[in-house]
Amino acid sequence: MTGRRLREPGLWLLFSAGGTLAALFLPVLAAVLWVAPALGWLAAPAHDVLAAAARSVAGRLFLTGLIVLALFHWAHRFRYTLYDGLQLYHLNQLIAVLTYGVATVLSVAAGVVVWR
Amino acid sequence: MPQTVTIEIRRYRPEEEAEPTWQRYEVPFWREWMVLDALNYIKDHVDGTLSFRWSCRMGVCGSCGMMVNGNPALTCATYLETLVPGPVQVEPLRGFPVIRDLVCDLTDFITKLQRVQPWIVRETEGTPAQGEYRQTPDELAAYRPYAMCINCLLCYAACPIYELEPGFLGPAVIALAQRYNLDSRDQGREARMDVLSEHDGIWACTLVGECSTVCPKHVDPAGAIQRYKLDAAVAWVKALVLPRSGR
Repeated sequence: MTGRRLREPGLWLLFSAGGTLAALFLPVLAAVLWVAPALGWLAAPAHDVLAAAARSVAGRLFLTGLIVLALFHWAHRFRYTLYDGLQLYHLNQLIAVLTYGVATVLSVAAGVVVWR
Repeated sequence: MPQTVTIEIRRYRPEEEAEPTWQRYEVPFWREWMVLDALNYIKDHVDGTLSFRWSCRMGVCGSCGMMVNGNPALTCATYLETLVPGPVQVEPLRGFPVIRDLVCDLTDFITKLQRVQPWIVRETEGTPAQGEYRQTPDELAAYRPYAMCINCLLCYAACPIYELEPGFLGPAVIALAQRYNLDSRDQGREARMDVLSEHDGIWACTLVGECSTVCPKHVDPAGAIQRYKLDAAVAWVKALVLPRSGR
């Protein structure tokens, strides 16, 4: 139990931070970048403006934080979906390694893409 | 003239049958009748062998919680009229062992409740001569919503995790622990944390939220659990950053 008690609060913090940030920013980004330009409410931002924003240090930090935390949000939710939803209690360790492992690998990939 | 409605009751008489069975009753009812009134009508006029718990008939004692048409409900607060045309199905609360008919064994809840010390814990008790522990209206408001719990256990019957993980402390126990944690007179927060921050405590909860939906007293156990998760996570970060400061 001690190991679990050490891990669970940290994983939950990543999960809730990811959920909060995703709920806060993804609808805004989708509205401003895709929906509003498609409906003609806003001019579509120029590619080089967006690219410059994404390559600034602040833009890179923001994208990294958003992507990494959203991935760990997914991992935690999906882990419990498998664990409780499909009742795979005997596979608890394997499910945890796979879900958080996928989130870690994709986080590294996102970091490479954002920071290269 | 009263209308009539069909009530189907999940019956279990261990000395007669190995498995629970359904029994149908035709019952007259008046507009103002609750499901509990129909159960009492059956008990008094049709079939005296039917067993169920009830006491106050006014949503205070918390003893008449049952599954009505598959949903956890206080039978004293559920109008029959909202359920016609029937049949209205009444079953014991989901997730608990059945002793007889609609009567459940609540030992598991009581045992877990005692583990979180649901009373005011003091490091040193004052004497009566020193007077009462005073509290401002704001300090009262901090925990009062959680003090509304009547232990009816509808939240347990609504919680899918409690059914899946028998070790889970469950919504009401955690909400009642928070009721004392948030009480300005209490000093038992750290003692409760050992129980609450186990996997079977707050971390087993995946925020389904049904507990708060069914609560007849608007206690919001899901909110209590989320709040406590944040407290425990902050304590965990503090312990990580400042390992020698204790909690």
